[in-house]
Amino acid sequence: METAEIRIGVYICHCGINIASTVDVDSVRDSISKLPNVIVSRDFKYMCSDPGQELVIKDIKEKGLNRIVVASCSPRMHEPTFRMTIQQAGLNPYCLEMANIREQCSWVHEDREYATEKAVKLVSAAVAKASLLEPLEEKEVEVRPEALVIGGGIAGIQASLDIADAGFKVYLVEREPSIGGHMAQLDKTFPTLDCSACILTPRMVEVERHPNIELLSYSEVIDVSGYIGNFHVKVRKKPRYIKMDKCTGCGMCAEACIMKGRIISEFDVGMGKRSVPYIPFPYAVPSKYTMDSENCLFITKGKCGKSPACKDACSSDAVDFEQKEEIVELDVGTIVVATGFDLFDAKEKPEYGYGLYDNVLSGLEFERLVSSSGPTQGKIIIGGKEPKNVVFVQCVGSRDKSVGNEYCSRVCCMYTAKQAHLVHEKLPDAKLTVFYMDIRAFGKGYEEFYDRVREEGVRYIRGNVSEIIKKGDRLLVMAEDTLLGEPVDIEADLVVLATGIVPRRDVKEVANLLKISQSPDGFFLEGHPKMRPVDTATDGIYLAGCAQGPKDIPDTVAQAKGAASSAMTKMARGKVKVEVTTASVDTFVCRGCGRCVEVCEYGAPNLEEVEPGILVSQINDSICKGCGACSVACPSGAISMKHFKNEQILSQIEAVI
Amino acid sequence: MSEEFEPNIVGFACNWCSYAGADLAGTSRMKYPPNIRIIRVMCSGRVSPAFILKAFQMGADGVLVTGCHPGDCHYIAGNLKCEKTMGTTRKLIDVLGIGEERLRLEWVSASEGSKFADVVTDFTNRIRGLGPLSGKSQG
Repeated sequence: METAEIRIGVYICHCGINIASTVDVDSVRDSISKLPNVIVSRDFKYMCSDPGQELVIKDIKEKGLNRIVVASCSPRMHEPTFRMTIQQAGLNPYCLEMANIREQCSWVHEDREYATEKAVKLVSAAVAKASLLEPLEEKEVEVRPEALVIGGGIAGIQASLDIADAGFKVYLVEREPSIGGHMAQLDKTFPTLDCSACILTPRMVEVERHPNIELLSYSEVIDVSGYIGNFHVKVRKKPRYIKMDKCTGCGMCAEACIMKGRIISEFDVGMGKRSVPYIPFPYAVPSKYTMDSENCLFITKGKCGKSPACKDACSSDAVDFEQKEEIVELDVGTIVVATGFDLFDAKEKPEYGYGLYDNVLSGLEFERLVSSSGPTQGKIIIGGKEPKNVVFVQCVGSRDKSVGNEYCSRVCCMYTAKQAHLVHEKLPDAKLTVFYMDIRAFGKGYEEFYDRVREEGVRYIRGNVSEIIKKGDRLLVMAEDTLLGEPVDIEADLVVLATGIVPRRDVKEVANLLKISQSPDGFFLEGHPKMRPVDTATDGIYLAGCAQGPKDIPDTVAQAKGAASSAMTKMARGKVKVEVTTASVDTFVCRGCGRCVEVCEYGAPNLEEVEPGILVSQINDSICKGCGACSVACPSGAISMKHFKNEQILSQIEAVI
Repeated sequence: MSEEFEPNIVGFACNWCSYAGADLAGTSRMKYPPNIRIIRVMCSGRVSPAFILKAFQMGADGVLVTGCHPGDCHYIAGNLKCEKTMGTTRKLIDVLGIGEERLRLEWVSASEGSKFADVVTDFTNRIRGLGPLSGKSQG
């Protein structure tokens, strides 16, 4: 095949009018037909359609074509499609080159003459490269039947259960002492008013009992290497200073702790207190205690009374101050990223007085206040009294360019409606007011729920709150009713801020760890906003839940199931085709300097002594990722990058100018 | 076509970030001058000084290399290697009289369609301002 005459077929797509309205397709076709090695040059309305692909297959068979150029959309869109097409006709899939005349030409230019001239150049470059393309042998790698799920909120829980139910091993890594995530902190869920714990707890218990799930709680992923099918992961298990196998969860240690009731509970977002040994909440999974090492006197100061009271109180001898962190190494085939979100810090909006006044709460703080597992057992009490007048402020930290969050957090309208309903239920005489910009009640049953809440007497005022100030022991909420165009002042005993969803503080580090990208809003970037909503640019790594962007529980569960299914598809086949565009060494030219070994991030090249005193670089195919850095570094030109060889790229440069 | 000088610009874009960013500019129907022609490489670290010199030799008036932001590289640090290589290449082309301002390296992520369009527009305008490369040597 390599010595055979090069016979190229070129296919120019109209993409309906997407390309044809800006690029003169006929003129491109005619110009290209004059290029050397071009046997046929055609245009077609939709190349990716069945008849379009058939056209290519027919020409390959009838005209003996051995290189194909498709000029259409981005290769990131349809390269796999056309590789498959030419493979069906018996060609090697790497004998395809695409020219991107849609995303990088017709869609970004308006002048037909310039766009056409550019399209001709782009297609010429593709033809030039196609003439030098070489068939490559496709490689399949095994996909390990194990998955890593990072994050144990509802997204990670759902993804883990689905994958485990399908018969694959799952390692679920959760940073906190318990799984459950933010959903565990919620009281009721909109619009059905299911109690959050009631629907979440059974799933958490299922995770704990599932024979295929290994839960690594109080642990963090610290390193990920490898690629789809064979990721190598390092997990740091933080020391709990309590032996998991001995702890019965009885709580005697927490009772005995001399710091009891003096440490702020993270789970109750500062509304409640706990001891040094703690379980975050009553239905935590695993139901084992963890020593808060930052606040433990014995760990920080080396002394706690005569001897630590917790240790003395534990009847099963579970307290172990000698415990050290442990690094666990895992090999997995796929990874689901379900790292969740943080809440917007309302202190960034000082005009609302959050952090200054005790009766201005964030949305999550109110959830804890109203929850029966919360610090007040669900009684709405503020400053020792039941509030008579409650004001809710929407869009705090969302749809707000001044804090850098242009997006809508998608849950606050509905959780505010729910919280107003909960106050109405518990304090029927309380006056309830919601300040809003627009109401977004887009989900199933949401609009109906919003109507119901309004009928319950909750007053909705369209307008932004400009300032909240103290007035005696009450608050004065100052706003403008933008529908009436007049100022409104409301005295309130309690203000609840509908704080939005923001990316986790360490989102950047996690993105770097996994080599996945972030969108401009900071959340992880999906493979395609519509067609690949759970994929990332890295094969084998999938997204679930708010890590990808704000969403409610139903959408989170749906996406988690999608991510699980994507991971399962790869593991069920057990094999996956990988790019074979790796680097190779011409051992005759190589002088064994070792520059390639220095620049490679993966350790793919190795100097081997082929004859006494003669070193030659050898590149391990299965380690090489195909970045091409070594071929740039190689001073003797011995290394070439398959499919992106020097002569191939140089020919493109020549043709494109 | 207009009488105004229209420069030839060769662009190199890495597959994972910048090429995707360029695609996003298209999907979002952002507009930029048609002078740039993009060549896709897997990583900006693949861009050899030879490619840059070849482009100028063939008549390019400017070369724009785009890669992932530092820390985002799909191949860990290919973009940083590119930055180093381009630094040397820039000195080299300056010595050759091409002028270092004709070679630019920019970081464009997969979500920065508008940045891609802005960078291309700005670079094209600057090269247009510098005039043709061949014209320069001919005085």
